[in-house]
Amino acid sequence: MNVIGELWAELLAVLSTIVGALPYIAGYVLLILAMMFVWSFVKRMLTPKHDYGSLKTVTFGDESSVVSNTAASVISIVLIFVLWGAFTGSKILPGFMHAPGPFEGEGSFTYTSTAADGTTDDATVAVLVHPVGEDVANPAIEPGDGFAKNDSMTIGTYRAALLRVGDNDDFTRNDGAVITAINGKPIVAGENVSVDFGQVSMTPKGTLNVQPATGWQMEPIWLPSPEAVWKRLGEIATDGYRNSTLAEHLGFSLFRVIVGFLLGSIVGIPLGYAMGLSSWFRGWFDPIVEFMRPVPPLALIPLVIIWAGIGEVGKIILLFLAALWIMAIAARSGVSGVRISKVHAAYSLGASKWQIMRHVIIPNSLPEIFTGARVAMGVCWGTVVAAELVAAEKGAGMMIMVASKFQSTDIVLMGIILIGIIGFSIDMLMRWIERIMVPWKGKG
Amino acid sequence: MAGLQIDKLSMRFDLPNGSSVQALKDVTIDLKAGELLSVLGPSGCGKTTLLNIVAGFLAPTSGAITLNGKRVFGPGPDRGMVFQQGALFEWMSVRENVGFGPRMKGMAEKPKREIVDHLLDVVGLQEFKEKAVYELSGGMQQRVALARCLANEPDVILMDEPLGALDALTREKMQGLVLKLWKETGKTIILITHSVEEALLLGERLIVMAPRPGRIHKEYNLPFAEMGVGQDLRQVKKDPRFASTREEILSMIWDMEEEIMGGKGA
Repeated sequence: MNVIGELWAELLAVLSTIVGALPYIAGYVLLILAMMFVWSFVKRMLTPKHDYGSLKTVTFGDESSVVSNTAASVISIVLIFVLWGAFTGSKILPGFMHAPGPFEGEGSFTYTSTAADGTTDDATVAVLVHPVGEDVANPAIEPGDGFAKNDSMTIGTYRAALLRVGDNDDFTRNDGAVITAINGKPIVAGENVSVDFGQVSMTPKGTLNVQPATGWQMEPIWLPSPEAVWKRLGEIATDGYRNSTLAEHLGFSLFRVIVGFLLGSIVGIPLGYAMGLSSWFRGWFDPIVEFMRPVPPLALIPLVIIWAGIGEVGKIILLFLAALWIMAIAARSGVSGVRISKVHAAYSLGASKWQIMRHVIIPNSLPEIFTGARVAMGVCWGTVVAAELVAAEKGAGMMIMVASKFQSTDIVLMGIILIGIIGFSIDMLMRWIERIMVPWKGKG
Repeated sequence: MAGLQIDKLSMRFDLPNGSSVQALKDVTIDLKAGELLSVLGPSGCGKTTLLNIVAGFLAPTSGAITLNGKRVFGPGPDRGMVFQQGALFEWMSVRENVGFGPRMKGMAEKPKREIVDHLLDVVGLQEFKEKAVYELSGGMQQRVALARCLANEPDVILMDEPLGALDALTREKMQGLVLKLWKETGKTIILITHSVEEALLLGERLIVMAPRPGRIHKEYNLPFAEMGVGQDLRQVKKDPRFASTREEILSMIWDMEEEIMGGKGA
């Protein structure tokens, strides 16, 4: 029962997060639809077309009339950068597009101190909110008259600061004086009062906690601006990170993927052929392959580390295993997919077994093998990054893992973007090779 | 002894559920070199099984195939095959497909190219020889299949509904081509079809098979193939004998189909 209760609580937490996000998701969807109508309107105005597609009346559910709209792709990507820039106060956007930023500059509030004998006096606190890392002096102030003296303080943006405003007064906390109001509004411990630059709250002991408004923008430590990530890319590309250049980090990851994939193919393809050509081999390896295939390669990381350590060998074994089953299954189905009439035709044209293998079965299986290779490269790339997260001295995954430990969110983001770009490029490259090598794919 | 002898061929499969199917029973055909035999019959009468046994892809349970005096035990280049569709190698160009047989024999490049060029002329695909086969229409693909088969100089050509997937017009053109090739090359041809008209037009001899068990029901010797060589096939179809034979065979097959369906209560 306890477990069910726990799961229920988790589920509620997830649901409440989703519900909280719903307005934003709805807003995004509305934006997509709005852009769609604007675009189709503009397009109709600009280019009245009368090709076959635009004369179709049934387009809903007509798969052939749905092709990826390039304009939508471009707008979608631009929008991501706009939103990213707007919520990080990026320099790439004009200021009016920024979401409200954190308060920065000088502000002030007054507090009312009530002495033990009941007399009260007001004093002003000058607050200077400055970007974190900037060295600034407290604003200059006059002490003021009465027993409560004026104070001044500095706070970094997105931060809050405690100030015992009464400490420089004639009657301090130890003399029984307490703060009773902020800007004339009464305050007691645990409550807060809004001021023009944020809010002021009181701790149980009576100390004031000054919190300047943080606005809607994200602090760089959570989400750095696009140009900060770009700048960091430049720095790491020239200076390197953790004793290795960027090219070395990425190169090591790619090297592992390629070696692992090639080894997996060298073993997996013949294995798949054997399984596709002999029922004995198929029976022998089917249980092994079918069992290993659904095991995520990541689940093997602990075992591989125990057996082979955290060096290159372990990672390459892991990637070998990631590619092996995929390639074996692809080769197997490539062989099984050969039409028997093709084999018959080849036999009656006088081909020997070996010639049938070389001229019929292997070429016939190539489309399947290339499909498998694309999947395997994708899985290997994902696996290598994950494996480097666990343990590595060089590599894309190691780079972002170490950066995350130092809260270098810009490096983490940069790494994620690079990993994405490389993964995408690998897939594009595989598709290109496929088009060159097996132009007959899907034409049989 | 020249020609193809099919001698008391029987074929019996055991099914997984313990029963067995008599696909062919005592089929005997004596085919002289250069004869064109068409085989007709309702579905399930064992036409394709018969062809697969002659090709050597299946071993009969009893009986024998003899080609030019030699028993047939497996597939071989002396018996070429043309399938309904999909048997071309799509990873090869038209030229490579046609040259496949000579290449398997290890023939030198020059004589091979001569054979291929000659056959592409014969089937009228010279200008398409560098194309990929999947770029051709269905009719052209079957021309490639015919040329590929002929390139190997087989003694017998076995055709398994070679024109079945083509549209009516292309089919008629191809029937003319088959007749022309038959006359020019003098090959022995066995043609399996489910079109009565095609069987009559192309078959010098015609065998109608009956199902359960697959056996020869009736045999004809026909004049239409000879008439059709170099002729408009539509003229042949106008011949009164053509119409009467077609009606006779059609009603024969209808009766067989009804017998099968009747047994199932349809």
